[in-house]
Amino acid sequence: MTETPITTHADEATESKCVVRGLDFYYGDFQALTDIDVDIKKGAITAFIGPSGCGKSTFLRCINRMNDLIPDTRVEGTMLIDGQDIYSPGVDPVDLRRRVGMIFQQPNPFPQSIYDNVAYGPRLQGIRRKSELDGIVEESLRRANLWKEAKDILGKNGLALSGGQQQRLCIARVLAVQPVVLLMDEPCSAIDPTSVQKIEDLMAEIKDDVTIIIVTHNMQQAARVSDWTAFFLQELAGEPAVLVEYDRTSELFTAPRDKRTEDYITGRFG
Amino acid sequence: MSDGSTTGAAEAVATEPVKRTPAVTGKLKLMSRATYVKEGVLATVFFLSAFVAVLGVALIFLFVGWKALPIVTSVGFGEFIGGLEWAPTDGSFGILPLIVGSFIVTLGALAIGTPLAVGTAVFLSEIASPKVRAVVRPAVEMLAGVPSVVYGFFGIVMLRPIIAEFSGGMGFGAVTAWLILAIMIVPTIAALSEDALRSVSPGVKEASYAMGATTWQTIYKVVVPAAKIGIIDAIILGMGRAIGETMAVVMVAGNAAVIPRTVFEPLSTLTSQIVMDMPYSTGDHRTALFGMAVILFAISMFLVAAVRIVSRFGSRS
Repeated sequence: MTETPITTHADEATESKCVVRGLDFYYGDFQALTDIDVDIKKGAITAFIGPSGCGKSTFLRCINRMNDLIPDTRVEGTMLIDGQDIYSPGVDPVDLRRRVGMIFQQPNPFPQSIYDNVAYGPRLQGIRRKSELDGIVEESLRRANLWKEAKDILGKNGLALSGGQQQRLCIARVLAVQPVVLLMDEPCSAIDPTSVQKIEDLMAEIKDDVTIIIVTHNMQQAARVSDWTAFFLQELAGEPAVLVEYDRTSELFTAPRDKRTEDYITGRFG
Repeated sequence: MSDGSTTGAAEAVATEPVKRTPAVTGKLKLMSRATYVKEGVLATVFFLSAFVAVLGVALIFLFVGWKALPIVTSVGFGEFIGGLEWAPTDGSFGILPLIVGSFIVTLGALAIGTPLAVGTAVFLSEIASPKVRAVVRPAVEMLAGVPSVVYGFFGIVMLRPIIAEFSGGMGFGAVTAWLILAIMIVPTIAALSEDALRSVSPGVKEASYAMGATTWQTIYKVVVPAAKIGIIDAIILGMGRAIGETMAVVMVAGNAAVIPRTVFEPLSTLTSQIVMDMPYSTGDHRTALFGMAVILFAISMFLVAAVRIVSRFGSRS
């Protein structure tokens, strides 16, 4: 098992939560990502941007090994979270996913009550006491900015909520298991602006406890919410995507070092 | 020829911008009389198809009910459904043993067949690889195509001797009927349950895995509850098949119109008794058979309602 910490090149002062070196990803024979190196900073929000099909969601799903569920996929290279290689043999992806939570583009609450949705994770971990669950449910809904709207209808089916509320319910459901990393795969692209605002607010509130990585198509959103930004690009169809540039968001959006990044953020392609 | 025309079109695009005009212009047209009539005719046709089905049920119910009515006046309703003795040639028309027999056979078959079928459905939709599924699913579906008389033969020749050996009796009775009926209802329940499980949104499963749930936890806590309504419907249809099944039951149940003391003793059901007595019955006896059909109808309705109520009660907790 690789335990040696790899020194980071970008910013020595900030501690890295997730260290990636030379990561390649394959769907069968097709290589989707090549040679990704990145240090995701702890207690920060990192945005992944890039045109459609550039592999940013694929990379995101490598971080909690969701790609394991797709047959015939393969990862090479190193991915450390808190210094542990999550792809080393014998690592249980189920245990990993309890620490690395995920929010999807389409809100996907379970067709159960709001309460049961949030209590799902804690119950999986064996928490049964009603008072304890009540506390977790309330705290998680508060952190997800949904408590005010949901507190009187906890018994109602989660699917009865609006799309934006459903997405915040999904966030509460993930926060209930206290992940150390939260992956968000275009969480705001299918919901109303008011909920987007509430989600961006809560991201800022929880980032000290939970390292957040967000894939977004919306560059304004990336610029607004993130501390660090990574730009992915697949230059030719059929070729693997690369990580073009990774820097502080303020740097990347004002003074990109790579011409391709500049072209993308000024809207010249993608 | 096609090559030439393609090149020509490409050149046209290259030289001058193609002017696109809206496909439909001018005053809005009124709906033509032909369209109007066609729409109306189609609506009527579909209404009639649905109406024929409802009419069929109503007519059967009325016909059977009308033919059954005399038994209530000649024997009495209480004596008919509460009487313990079925001896039509001696003038005893108590069908309680047959009602009990139908309940025993149906509920037992469901108790064995449902877990088997739902398990099969979960395996097919959640666990089996596409290759395994391609073999198992047609095999299960084929069970539905086997004629019930063949199931009856299988029961007599294969199961009965084993059960006779085990119980020390003849091997005709509830247990043999349960096992045969359980196999018969598996394809119905399994196929419909699998459809219900497959229609659960993949996003919901993904969410469960992303929460750190195992495959089993995802199936048990998310997928099956989400598909519950469809699975309940599947069980109801399976039950309909079990309670109505006649031929296989006649062959293996032993056909004694008494309430059995053990599950290994012969018993008779409403359906099997009707089919056995119908050819030679006359007068009150024949009327009693129609009465049994009405009761069978009522039991069917009652069981459907019961399953729905139980499932609604279960979902509240």
